[in-house]
Amino acid sequence: MELDYTDKQRAFRAEIRAWLATHVPKQPLPSFDTEEGFKAHREWERTLFEGRWSMVTWPTELGGRGCDLIEWLIFEEEYWRAGAPLRVNQNGVFLLGPTIMDYGTEEQKQRFLPRIAAGDDIWAQGWSEPNAGSDMAAIRTKAIRDGDHYVINGQKTWSTRAVWADWLFGLFRTDPESSRHHGLSFVLVPLDTPGITVRPIRQLNGETGFAEVFFDDVRVPVENRLGDEGAGWSVAMATAGFERGLMLRSPARFQATAAALVRLYQANRAHADRDPAIRNAVLDAWLRAEAYALATYRTASRLIQGGEIGAEASTNKIFWSELDLKMHDAAQAILGAHGELVASVPREGAIGSWIDGFLFAQAGPIYAGTNEIQRNIIAERLLGMPR
Amino acid sequence: MDFTFTEDQLALRANVRSVFMKEVAPELLRELWETDTGRSAELWQLVTEQGLTALSVPEEYGGLGLADIDWVLMAQEVGYYGLTEPLIDTAWVGAALIAALPESAAAFKDVWLARIAHGEAKLAIGHPLNPLVENAHVADLLLLNHRDEVHAVPRGQVTLTAHASLDASRRLFAVEWTPSEATRLADAEVGRTLWADALNRSVLAVAAQLSGLVTRVLDLAIDYTAERKQFGKPIGSFQAVKHLLADVAVELEFAKPALLRAAVSLANGHSKTGLHVSHARLALADTATLAARHTMQVHGAMGYTWELDLQIFMKRIWALAAVWGDKAFHLQRVADHVLASDTVLDPSQTFAA
Repeated sequence: MELDYTDKQRAFRAEIRAWLATHVPKQPLPSFDTEEGFKAHREWERTLFEGRWSMVTWPTELGGRGCDLIEWLIFEEEYWRAGAPLRVNQNGVFLLGPTIMDYGTEEQKQRFLPRIAAGDDIWAQGWSEPNAGSDMAAIRTKAIRDGDHYVINGQKTWSTRAVWADWLFGLFRTDPESSRHHGLSFVLVPLDTPGITVRPIRQLNGETGFAEVFFDDVRVPVENRLGDEGAGWSVAMATAGFERGLMLRSPARFQATAAALVRLYQANRAHADRDPAIRNAVLDAWLRAEAYALATYRTASRLIQGGEIGAEASTNKIFWSELDLKMHDAAQAILGAHGELVASVPREGAIGSWIDGFLFAQAGPIYAGTNEIQRNIIAERLLGMPR
Repeated sequence: MDFTFTEDQLALRANVRSVFMKEVAPELLRELWETDTGRSAELWQLVTEQGLTALSVPEEYGGLGLADIDWVLMAQEVGYYGLTEPLIDTAWVGAALIAALPESAAAFKDVWLARIAHGEAKLAIGHPLNPLVENAHVADLLLLNHRDEVHAVPRGQVTLTAHASLDASRRLFAVEWTPSEATRLADAEVGRTLWADALNRSVLAVAAQLSGLVTRVLDLAIDYTAERKQFGKPIGSFQAVKHLLADVAVELEFAKPALLRAAVSLANGHSKTGLHVSHARLALADTATLAARHTMQVHGAMGYTWELDLQIFMKRIWALAAVWGDKAFHLQRVADHVLASDTVLDPSQTFAA
């Protein structure tokens, strides 16, 4: 048990801090769920790439820095501390990239990874379907082999970033006779392929962060399949695996919000202290953000020593999503009648106003597997309760 | 950055765990409820033989010189099995307090640290945060706080009045005594630091026990809901039941790292030890009270009976969740840090000094 950084880690922190200080845009970028904002965020990804900061955990030969998980956490702390833009490239860098490294052919690695790293291809996710939500194994969208192509027919929904993304990765049923987890394949689809219709879905905030994607005889070369035919489920599970789950919502994001919440409370204390519950909620939120960081460092140090990934992915998902709600509830309680005003309550950092954060927090317990599904997983796999 | 225990630490825990599992059974705890002292000479001998009384006595006094991190593991087992001997106050908090006494108390240290290491002395600790002193009736020596001074008083020189606890294992006493030059080991100036340290160590011990207790009530509830059938199925297969226990598991998963960090900070004299200890205590008291509520609920009416062993551990949770500072006390210590005007708050500060 040794809770301190090495000199090398301290130097790494100083290096990224200095770089961010000169490169983070002075004005927050427009939301990446708008056309203009998407472009601006893609430019930011290129800036990160030029500084070799776009995917620090990737190997150096791919333009990364070969960082371990502790360095990754340090990077994230500095990134959020600096109020740097949200990562429009997140699906590619944190989810698909590592999956290609594990499952891709040499040709696929050469073809896709450099373009992900440079922000040339921005990726959307294609998991859910209208009748395959929590029950993802109910996927019905077919990709039927026709010579050296798959012909895709069906519909994906809740596809994150699909409105302006270049490519989509997802699970398709390549064996029409199969059911459940069998007969699925992991296929990479260019979103400009004929037969694809992307219909944006407006979210609570009015923006289109996800979309429905319709496939009508969409022909995709067989070499766009990642992993073996019929083995898509295990590839997808690896994509959703813990290390990447950790990267999806690193603690620094919530610590930055907690710190902003403390400052919001301090600035409005005379008003807020009329309700003593607000002070306690602010302190509780700060402690929980701290606990999330500690738990992540603990898991990271266990993984670095060769430990196994457990049900942490599920406990994490519940904890951060409920924490995000608690923080924004507290912020709304402080803001009172100003809380509903969309434009007038900006906050520091990259997530826009408090009300933007409040709305986004509502989605947390739902996406990436609802918290009810996560509780089932925890009960069955962590606690060993009967199915 | 390493949050893991060494193999030696885990081996020590495994050993203690196997002994406690055999020797500290719920039946024994119930038997002890009915005795005058509530304490067992055999159990005390057992913990002595296991080397636990010598664990953090410095090596030059015949102990093993281990630290707070090892004790956190032990205290979790104490919590899990519901051990009621005054082990923690004697061999962890008491021994550390005596070991830190100034040079003027050298003779006292020689005598008492050796006795503690050999299991020949039991200690009780009196602090203004607690209205009563636990285990005063079996203590050879009471370490008492008088206006931040440290006093050591033999049991023969105090008058005790027993107060019954809802947890019949806990034996609590009002202590009447007279401070004197003869009993004083450290003045208020030195004592303030010593007591601050003892307070943090005691709070950490409470948090660690609560962690063990949460695991215990969860284990009991998981077993019960696997066996108990309704509607033709184990009730543990129903989502409504699963989710009550999953809630507890989530909270515990995020309270434990705070406990470990607090132990490391205390052991290293970190400048934010008080904050870290209070964090652990707040998180584990909340987790434990949730655990008591939810595990009782999944037991149905059985959870409300005297017969089930669940009551032993729920009652310990309810009692420990309010000792060594209540929630308001610890939340204020957090506020003193978080809301201070000179505190730097940003994601890079988690492990900053």
